[in-house]
Amino acid sequence: MSEPGRGSRNRILVVDDDVALAEMLQIVLRQEGFDTVWCATGDRALAAFHDVRPDLVLLDLMLPGRDGIDVCRDIRDESDVPIIMLTAKSDTMDVVVGLEAGADDYVSKPFKAKELIARVRTRLRRSTSDTDEAAGVYQIGDISINTQGHKVQRGDSLIQLTPLEFDLLLALARKPRQVFSREVLLEEVWGYRHAADTRLVNVHVQRLRSKVERDPEHPEIVVTVRGIGYRAGEPADALR
Amino acid sequence: MRAPVRAWLTSLPFRVIVSTFIGSVVIMVLGGFLLVSQASNGILAAKRQSSVQEASTALDRMQQQLRQSNSDSTSIYERLNQLANEVGAQAGQYRIVIQGPVSGYSSVGIDAATVPVALSVSVERGGGMYLAPTTVRFTDPGVPDEPGLVVGSLLYAPSVGESYPVYFIFPEGKEVQTLAVVQQAAATTGALLTIALTAMAGFVTRQVVQPVRRASLAAERLASGHLNERMDVRGTTELASLATSMNNMASEIQRQIGQLEELSRVQQQFVSDVSHELRTPLTTVKMATDLLYDQRDEFDVSAARSAELMHAELERFEGLLGDLLEISRFDAGAAVLTLDETDLANVVRAEVDAQRAFADRQGTRLIVTARGNTGAEIDARRVRRIMRNLITNAIEHGERRPIVITVAGNDQAVAVTVRDHGVGFLPSQNTQVFHRFWRADPSRTRTVGGTGLGLAIALEDAQLHGGWLSAWGRPHQGAQFRLTLPRQHGEILTGSPLPLAPLDLVTGGPSGTVRGEKP
Repeated sequence: MSEPGRGSRNRILVVDDDVALAEMLQIVLRQEGFDTVWCATGDRALAAFHDVRPDLVLLDLMLPGRDGIDVCRDIRDESDVPIIMLTAKSDTMDVVVGLEAGADDYVSKPFKAKELIARVRTRLRRSTSDTDEAAGVYQIGDISINTQGHKVQRGDSLIQLTPLEFDLLLALARKPRQVFSREVLLEEVWGYRHAADTRLVNVHVQRLRSKVERDPEHPEIVVTVRGIGYRAGEPADALR
Repeated sequence: MRAPVRAWLTSLPFRVIVSTFIGSVVIMVLGGFLLVSQASNGILAAKRQSSVQEASTALDRMQQQLRQSNSDSTSIYERLNQLANEVGAQAGQYRIVIQGPVSGYSSVGIDAATVPVALSVSVERGGGMYLAPTTVRFTDPGVPDEPGLVVGSLLYAPSVGESYPVYFIFPEGKEVQTLAVVQQAAATTGALLTIALTAMAGFVTRQVVQPVRRASLAAERLASGHLNERMDVRGTTELASLATSMNNMASEIQRQIGQLEELSRVQQQFVSDVSHELRTPLTTVKMATDLLYDQRDEFDVSAARSAELMHAELERFEGLLGDLLEISRFDAGAAVLTLDETDLANVVRAEVDAQRAFADRQGTRLIVTARGNTGAEIDARRVRRIMRNLITNAIEHGERRPIVITVAGNDQAVAVTVRDHGVGFLPSQNTQVFHRFWRADPSRTRTVGGTGLGLAIALEDAQLHGGWLSAWGRPHQGAQFRLTLPRQHGEILTGSPLPLAPLDLVTGGPSGTVRGEKP
């Protein structure tokens, strides 16, 4: 993926059918120093994504033509770019379906401009901050995490993770003895300072497990601690 | 003792069977009695008639023979004896007893005592034939007595010029035997008929009751929501038409419920659509307002104030929209609990901490005390929202006096009270406070921007938990709201760990009434 050089303005693809909201979003984002490109329909979203190569996608769930959930899946199939959903319904299903389709985070309408900017900055900081990391290798179960190359490996085989999933795994790996509550993870990984929707954690832990676990039904990497939250699995060499 | 009474009261077949049984027993007893008595009357009357006839024939013959034999008194005895033996041995149908001048002459084996005294008196007194029932006795003690008839008359001996009483004895053993057979037959037939009738009654009621039972079962299943339940329609009888009517009713109910469901679904869809359609422009307006509000320092005074007002009112509008959508979700029955084992005290403290900045701005102090085990199965988000609404309400009406929040628990429930010392309300208004958009004092302005739906939503949230939200208030003595939640979801609350009336209120008045629980 061709990263824009540091210091250049981050480019955000806004996919929303509401003209007024899209324009307002772009005004606010530009004011905050982002470049924006707007796409009004779901059908053209993927093409626009190819053309623009954005650093982040703001995606409305309700779109004419191709539905936001499908667009989200299309993009996630070929890219790890952060996706933030804009949802009008905070009802359980839509949000969970969107997150399961690969969205990293969501803001429900009506949201404050500052709230949106905070979410966008958190996701961008995460996906561009790899190089700031001090080189480090962490071990959970039988997989190793290399912070420098943003690489996760089981033996010799690379495991492809989105930046968010990488952050989630790393947060657990850094403090292998600690049990993380969902609220703590929300703060560490998503940057929420007040308790927010813990479904974010649940869905992304599931997605992460489907990639890193040998058997997602019996997780050994991201272990559930009943009633509290999650913790990292024991490193493989500590077991034997 | 009680079981049959209960069966009589509850089971139609039982009632029909018992009634039929009793009825047929009565009919059979009466009928049998009538039959047997008529039969015996008939048989005995016929016997009597034939006895009299035979007796008179025999008497005539004896009289004739006696006339022809013109003998003296000695030979009369022989003649009589001869006659007695002759006639007595003749048919075996009757025996004879002749009361001679000196001694009696009887057919072989017959005891003369068979003739009742009353009859012999009547016969000896005057001519004619007399008839009486008797018990036939035999000289041989081995032969049992048997019932019989005695026909008595006088036999005139012309040679001697004297009359001798003659008695014809007709044993009725056969007739009595026949009657016994008839009686037994009547009894057996009666018993069999009674059983058959009872069984038939049972069978018929079953035939009638079974479909009715099926109908009531089907109706019950319909009532419990199985709207696809239908009855089998067999044949063309009244019962089949009952089944048809039931089925028609079920279809009609199903159609109407379907219609209502469709209406409700359309309504819900509409609310959902409205929510979506409203939220998008609201977001745009909000972002635009935020942008203008952030730059208000660069505007002139009136434009800056306008931006501020727009910003503030938009927040209020947003709160109102959010609350309306929440209420509509409750109304649609779409609200779902997300339960977790949580310490109520922690939830309360978290919300109080979140409200503290706001309370400080309003100049109100928030005091929290907790005691006992306050862990319970609750939806933390909803309980926080209840607390938010209660605290906001208390701050709004609390006249800047401290607000005391108390958390407590007992074995079956946890509770929290929010006590303010503000304007309060009338005791009679303790349910109205939960009404949507209700205001204690319509002239009072909303100072802190509550939507008027907060307490209504809090009540819905509490009831969704199977809990209580109750209010206590007195004008100028403040108010107390109490939330009680069951420790385990699904348990029925019977009491609360905290009284509804504030503990700090020491009044001598009759304030005991306020303890009434409001579910």
